Amino acid sequence: MELQAGRFYVLRGENGAGKSTLLRMIAGLNEPTEGAIHIFGTPNRQALHQLGYMAHAPLLYDELDGMENLRFFAQLYGMNSDVPLAEAMERVGLDPRLARRVGQYSQGMRQRLSLARAIFHSPRLLLLDEPFSNVDPDSALQIARLLAGMRSAGNTILLVTHQVGLLADLADEFLLLSHGELVDRGPMPGAKA
Amino acid sequence: MSAATGKRVAAETPPKSMSITRLVWVNVAKDLRLEWRSRDVLNSMLFFSLLVVVIFSFAFSPTADQSRNMAGGLVWIAFLFSMVMALNQSWARELRNGVLDAYRVSPAPAEALFLGKCLGNFILVILLECLMAPLFVVFYNLSSVGPLWQLVVIALLGTWALVVNGTFFAAMSIRTRNRELMLPLLLLPISIPAVGSMVTATTQVLTGEGAPVVQMKFLAGFCVVFTTACFLLFETVLNAE
Repeated sequence: MELQAGRFYVLRGENGAGKSTLLRMIAGLNEPTEGAIHIFGTPNRQALHQLGYMAHAPLLYDELDGMENLRFFAQLYGMNSDVPLAEAMERVGLDPRLARRVGQYSQGMRQRLSLARAIFHSPRLLLLDEPFSNVDPDSALQIARLLAGMRSAGNTILLVTHQVGLLADLADEFLLLSHGELVDRGPMPGAKA
Repeated sequence: MSAATGKRVAAETPPKSMSITRLVWVNVAKDLRLEWRSRDVLNSMLFFSLLVVVIFSFAFSPTADQSRNMAGGLVWIAFLFSMVMALNQSWARELRNGVLDAYRVSPAPAEALFLGKCLGNFILVILLECLMAPLFVVFYNLSSVGPLWQLVVIALLGTWALVVNGTFFAAMSIRTRNRELMLPLLLLPISIPAVGSMVTATTQVLTGEGAPVVQMKFLAGFCVVFTTACFLLFETVLNAE
């Protein structure tokens, strides 16, 4: 399977089809049983700095507040400035000055902070697993617009969701998985011509 | 399977080079901050050690001479079991909310996480030892015949020997179903030489008999060998599914 850079893909399939596993394999968290994964021509484990990953779980420390979480992860990417972190929080609709620990966040706020953690370093490839779950419709729309903006800026997005309607006019292509195999791909259904 | 190849083929350079030393301290600072806020690890270690001190003290009521002979074993076994409880918790914190995956998808080297965890756990165990040492002295009427600085060296080397192995095996067992059982099963047999050496050296210093320096050299060698082995193998353990 080959995906083109700068496009927005929606990964679909029934439960257990292997959507999340595929994202984990691209992110280097699981090894493929055969073959190899390259990101922009580089083996995936060597291209991690170009990758943003958002999973089902929030991947955040409950005992730290939003900025403290982002600050820790930013340091892993060699970033020391708070400016891109505050921007990332604002882009997902969170207040960077909020001094509340993540353990006290609502599910929707965790989801947004998790997205901010995935995008603060401006990755060229964004892997998102159900980013709209647990968020209200307005927030989902805000996230969808944010993703559309990232796609327009030339980023590649591969997103798993069951809320396909939200992305009908934003995504370029859908990929349909079944039992771990790619069975179909094409333009998004319902997209305006 | 290849993903995302196409018009922007040239890979961007990684972010400015990250010193492993700096990343180690980033991890240590994060672990100490998490511990300061939750106090999960320190509380459980303190409580367990306190129980051992009090129960053994009442059970045996040793004289000063008897204490010198048995304190080495008692102290290190208390700290070893306290540490086993703590190490599991320090890794369990990384599994909660899947945070370990966020580290694994970052470009930071696995070794920085390992050394950061070792140092964070080392600081906590040394803190525990500092808090518990006066209680051991009072409850067991301890006084040392040999020089005290040797006890400090034994504590530093012995604690590092146990922590580095414990942190490694805790990482290995953390994804297993019976991790509370698995860690002692893996850690205790491999720690026997170090524990034996620590107990012998401590007893030799307390009683003023024998040559603890030989044991201290053995402990130093143990630390070098196991720190190197664990450091080199950690990435494989971290990425094992």
